[in-house]
Amino acid sequence: MERKLVVSSSPHLKSPDDIQSIMVDVLVALFPVALMAVFLFGYRALITMIIAMVVAMATEAIILRKGNFFGDGSAAVTGLLLAMTLPPAPPWWVVAIGSIVAIAIGKQIYGGLGNNIFNPALVGRAVLVVSWGTHIAGNVWLKPVPFGFTADMVTQASPLTTFNASLGDLFLGTVSGSLGETSALALIIGAVWLFYRGHIDWRIPGGFIGVVFLLGLISGGFSMGLYHVLAGGVLLGALFMATDMVTSPVTPAGKLIFGVGCGVVTMAIRLFGSLPEGVTFGILLMNGLAPLIDNLTLPKKFGEVKKINA
Amino acid sequence: MSERTFVGGIHPSYFKESTAGMPIAPARSPSQVIIPLHQNIGAPCEATVKVGDEVKIGQKIGEPKGFVSAPIHASVSGKVIKIEPYNHPLGNPVNAVFIENDGQDTPYEVMKPNKPLEELTPEEIIKISKEAGLVGLGGATFPTHVKLSPPSDIVIDTVIINGAECEPFLTADHALMLERADDIVYGLKAFMKALRATKGIIGIEDNKPDAVESMKRAIAEGGGGYDIEVHTLHTKYPQGAEKMLIKATTGREVPPGALPMAVSVVNQNTGTAVAMAEAIKLGKPLYERVVTITGPGVKEPANLIVRNGTLVKDIIEQCGGMTDDARKLILGGPMMGLAQPTDDVPAIKGTSGILILTAEYVKDYSIAPCIKCGKCVEVCPMNLLPNFIGSASEKENMDLAEKYGAMDCFECGCCTYTCPARRPLVQWIRIAKGEITARRRK
Repeated sequence: MERKLVVSSSPHLKSPDDIQSIMVDVLVALFPVALMAVFLFGYRALITMIIAMVVAMATEAIILRKGNFFGDGSAAVTGLLLAMTLPPAPPWWVVAIGSIVAIAIGKQIYGGLGNNIFNPALVGRAVLVVSWGTHIAGNVWLKPVPFGFTADMVTQASPLTTFNASLGDLFLGTVSGSLGETSALALIIGAVWLFYRGHIDWRIPGGFIGVVFLLGLISGGFSMGLYHVLAGGVLLGALFMATDMVTSPVTPAGKLIFGVGCGVVTMAIRLFGSLPEGVTFGILLMNGLAPLIDNLTLPKKFGEVKKINA
Repeated sequence: MSERTFVGGIHPSYFKESTAGMPIAPARSPSQVIIPLHQNIGAPCEATVKVGDEVKIGQKIGEPKGFVSAPIHASVSGKVIKIEPYNHPLGNPVNAVFIENDGQDTPYEVMKPNKPLEELTPEEIIKISKEAGLVGLGGATFPTHVKLSPPSDIVIDTVIINGAECEPFLTADHALMLERADDIVYGLKAFMKALRATKGIIGIEDNKPDAVESMKRAIAEGGGGYDIEVHTLHTKYPQGAEKMLIKATTGREVPPGALPMAVSVVNQNTGTAVAMAEAIKLGKPLYERVVTITGPGVKEPANLIVRNGTLVKDIIEQCGGMTDDARKLILGGPMMGLAQPTDDVPAIKGTSGILILTAEYVKDYSIAPCIKCGKCVEVCPMNLLPNFIGSASEKENMDLAEKYGAMDCFECGCCTYTCPARRPLVQWIRIAKGEITARRRK
């Protein structure tokens, strides 16, 4: 019998999950958030998200010279995440530049997905914040109009500067803020999907949110603790940004330390810094420390702690 | 914790339906057997017969050259026609005895029942296991008599029978637990007596409730005087890995680099226990074993008793042959088994399964850079960092690979299974282990 048999190293079974399916899961998880953004901020949010995703994917396709626009899906995720961190309706070119920077400088310059040190979406956002700050922060926060798809909207100060929004509004998201950060409800629904699919671990969001709550509580009591968790980008950052696989540690202890670090830096900026929000730089700083954290938290091998109860 | 298990591991599809519960049937006696003279971890054997000799079934044809070795016996009666190197499941050709089967199955005179277990001394049991050529039948083929002879300063209190059978597709141990439960208990009692152990445990994954019942019944009927219990284990791969099984059943952790005896435990496979029982009761050496022939690429999956040295192609032919889209032949299970370049290879003592996968399962994945998702770290039962070991090995930085724990990897394959970037982590870790071992020898 002449039959060609394939010889390869074991194991001979592979999990159905690959990079693309993980990225699709992230997109699915971001869907409720995106839906909420459109519900609150109307067509403007939709346009911002589409520009960010399309430009991100196009940038990646050009750099990699590949025909497959969607590819492994990571560029779409980066683009959508970037949009989530922006005001609902910045000028189109600001969004586009953010996406180009995120993919080109944030990711591909290091060698592509897996090799980047910093969260690409946040690199894009950081560059926009320092270069076109007036379009990204300041008088840009639209007052949401639920169901007002094409409604005219006025701006209002963000809840992180006024500190007067109700916790209920913060939970539902009917406050001003970045496109994807306002609704705690939508973010939590999305994150549940990622937990369910096993793509994120409780340690990073747990450490991050826990510390923000604790430091908020110390600074102004229980409801201030909750306020700091729900207002601004903490939930978006903790559930979707800090949990970015590539730029966070892989060891269990490292993940917890990383999350705690993100929370500490975020709150240091919020409480003592000149910016109202510190999530972006909190996560970016910890991204830079992730490899170090991994090396300092190597797990104990099985059996290394002798437990002979004979 | 009510459920017995370990930390880490994976839940692949088990694919056991096609042969689970199938009765064990004898395979056809082949017209010729090709019996390799190296079938165990440790030293090979030297032929004790020569071309032209008439041999009988059960007659010793290979004599071990070292302590860590086990003799090899004829699996048919007939005439030795050749002794020369032939294909071997582990890769390199190995000297093999070719016996033309006369179809008579004339038994070797020495094969006769020993004294009953009650009258045997530990030393006699060890000697019987050695003479019968017993090796670990889970696949690692470690000589049984060596396991039964720990250094004098080691006390063994527990013998664990591995009935986990955590490899997907395989059902040979399951079938044995259903049909040969009494012999498994008998074999376990023999191991316990040989090691002067006070406790016997049979670990079975909870996806085989009928096997659990069967073993409990056998213990109630035949376990007299011995403290033996069945432990139902969480169904999770690699529950049947030596160290994981010990952890799940006794809570003890075998230290890195150490053997189970470091925590006063000896593990034996169900098949080995049956072989031990047969060796004592019948004087029968290990010249045949139960093999699961399965997978989407074989037409009629089965659990067969296969004689040592039967060519895999003959066995597959009996099972209706391969399907047209069969692409991969694996000896063992899909997680740790060895892919074979040809079906012209003899089944040996360590052949627990013949698995044939179709094109659907044999894909050519492109390897992406590590995205540091940490899934491999989560699933590694040894608590290593497979991603870092793999990347270090890929870059030929073996010092770094060693630092991240390459030498403690037992190649269960969970990391490679789970890696979304399709990185061949186990393959790289194997390369690192080989390099590090070679360097240590210098």
